Amino acid sequence: MPVIMYREAIRDAIAEEMRRDPRVFVMGEDVAVYGGAYSATQGLVQEFGEERVRDTAISEAAIAGAATGAAMCGMRPVAEIMYVDFMTLAMDQFVNQAAKNRYMFGGKTTVPMVLRTEGGAGRCIAAHHSQSLEAWFVHAPGVFVVMPATPYDAKGLLKTCIRDDNPVLFIEHKMLYNNKGEVPSEEYLIPLGKAAVRREGSDVTIVSYSRMALRAEEAGKKLAEEGIAAEVIDLRCLKPLDLDCVLDSVKKTGRLVLASEAYKEGNFVCELAMKVMEHAFDLLDAPVERVCAANCPVPMSPVLEDECIPRADRIAAAARRTLGKA
Amino acid sequence: MGKVREVKRRRAAGPAKAAAKGEALTAEFKLGLLRRMMEIRGFEDKVFELLGRNILQGASHVYAGQEAVAVGACSAIEDRDYATSTHRGHGHCLALGADLKLMMAELCGKATGYCKGRGGSMHIADVSNRNLGATGIVGGNIPVGTGAALACRLQKKDSVVLCFFGDGAANEGNFHESLNMAGKWKLPVIYICENNLYGMSVAFSRACAVDSICGRAPGYAMPGRRVDGQRVLEVRGAVLEAAGRARRGEGPTLIEALTYRYRGHSRSDPRVYRTKEEEAYWHDRDPIKLFKADLLAEGSLTEESFAALQAEVDKAIAAAEKFAVEESPYPKPSELLDDVYCGWVETEKGLVRTGNS
Ligand SMILES: Cc1ncc(C[n+]2csc(CCOP(=O)(O)OP(=O)(O)O)c2C)c(N)n1
Ligand SMILES: [Mg+2]
Repeated sequence: MPVIMYREAIRDAIAEEMRRDPRVFVMGEDVAVYGGAYSATQGLVQEFGEERVRDTAISEAAIAGAATGAAMCGMRPVAEIMYVDFMTLAMDQFVNQAAKNRYMFGGKTTVPMVLRTEGGAGRCIAAHHSQSLEAWFVHAPGVFVVMPATPYDAKGLLKTCIRDDNPVLFIEHKMLYNNKGEVPSEEYLIPLGKAAVRREGSDVTIVSYSRMALRAEEAGKKLAEEGIAAEVIDLRCLKPLDLDCVLDSVKKTGRLVLASEAYKEGNFVCELAMKVMEHAFDLLDAPVERVCAANCPVPMSPVLEDECIPRADRIAAAARRTLGKA
Repeated sequence: MGKVREVKRRRAAGPAKAAAKGEALTAEFKLGLLRRMMEIRGFEDKVFELLGRNILQGASHVYAGQEAVAVGACSAIEDRDYATSTHRGHGHCLALGADLKLMMAELCGKATGYCKGRGGSMHIADVSNRNLGATGIVGGNIPVGTGAALACRLQKKDSVVLCFFGDGAANEGNFHESLNMAGKWKLPVIYICENNLYGMSVAFSRACAVDSICGRAPGYAMPGRRVDGQRVLEVRGAVLEAAGRARRGEGPTLIEALTYRYRGHSRSDPRVYRTKEEEAYWHDRDPIKLFKADLLAEGSLTEESFAALQAEVDKAIAAAEKFAVEESPYPKPSELLDDVYCGWVETEKGLVRTGNS
């Protein structure tokens, strides 16, 4: 199987969908000649031209809103917001217009759009370029939130999102773009709302997504060396959510650790913990543990940034705590 | 007296009482402007070198090429005034009087930096020198600068606010909303758009529906004026005039300074969207070169005194590097949660009150 980078997987997914469907087009800041801030749209303008791969002005509200309007009138925009931190500026258009239109208008409109963005820390670029804001969008009924961790998932999920009739926030991670992985050359789609079990185990369940899913796997390996069999789940989509996958695992293990790169308070995993409690309280043998970022804006200094974001050893430590092994 | 203080605080320029037109500036004052531009250039070249050697991490939006805008504009405001800055803000910071050492330490993420290493390149504030801070959000400082001017008005101060932003930022909603508010309320703010012809890879002419930013000024009931951003005294003159208007209660001004950034948008930018010829044209119009030539022509500078000045600047930059890279410690991980709130601190069970500051 060919091995490609995460950013190439994104690019290939968009290109394939653009070839297949003339309604698909790309717009955003520096997406054309520059090829995207993280090179995920490299080469698209050369193949599809400036009419379908459009550089916009620096106007996030207009990008999200114009995507919404275009989607309502028969197009399938794949728009880019360079950093999830700038979703603050696109917020109204995305959560008040894109998300709510269909419902408010009695089901008479559809908004088939994908807003691609990227988040996460790791590059010492501080509080305005390092956040993980997915929880805000899970809190907006009407939109999907998808956060792939591997090239295979990025491609298969993005293609599905472009074909779906709902507005989707597709959040990539800045530290994953150069990661490589196997991606089939034949066409494939990954359904929304299906988690992936990365590692099987019966002692403790570790659930995560995006870059933290890779750190959860690392933690799983470490634990295995100590004789602890962790089951590691990558959610891939926060909404729609594969709750059954998590519940099935907790049924086996009775223990649950949730890992996320977002701020601890109001984190998406708090919602997940609540759902597990609602559906499987009796299955739990220990309190659910969460491993999240500190409750402070992400600092620039490498020392502080590292302190602020969860590491594999902290995920492993949380798993041990659920097993009473300090 | 003003002059003594000016030298002490190592400002590019202190109180500027002279009129914009035909003001008589001392040779010493002009050499101060030249020196500050040279310090910014030297600082940015050093930053680029340290990034290349991986000694410095993080963002890398350097200001080289635009020095005359920051130095000219900041030389025209007074101690009681304010400024707000951008992601390309090192030049603004230094022109407002920041210390090279503390700047470099901040960029290196060190505890001795202006913001204890938490802000880094894109987020420096230096409030004692009037700098209310830079931002990583393009256009994010425009409403804030407008609000600072509102405070000056409400407190009946005759202070003004210098609000820097780029040509790209002028297409954000924040720009339009702020200028409308300031225009209606006649706030004492000077909007200074550094039109360096690009917002990242996208040329100004490809992003903006009209061919000048200052041409939008009438839509917000304020005067607009375009200046040569490579000419430090021309920028200074325009800002002096705008500051005068603002202090007299006549409201805001929009100044568009035409300039050019020499480096890529950031370190990883190969600059495929512009030509070598265009770059060469602007290097010919280098702000330091132009001002140096003026000063040589009028006799306030000789090649020898210029070389001596350059040597002093190089020494100051080397000292800043040494201070930041070798002598300064990183912050302690235990300080991660300090300063998130005023008077409250984060604990295992949430926030608890600690006092009033
Ligand atoms: C709200 C927002 N959108 C996009 C970006 C990404 N970005 C950083 S700088 C930049 C270009 C800004 O152009 P301009 O305002 O002209 O300033 P310049 O970089 O030319 O100094 C972009 C798009 C950002 N930081 N913030
Ligand atoms: Mg610009």
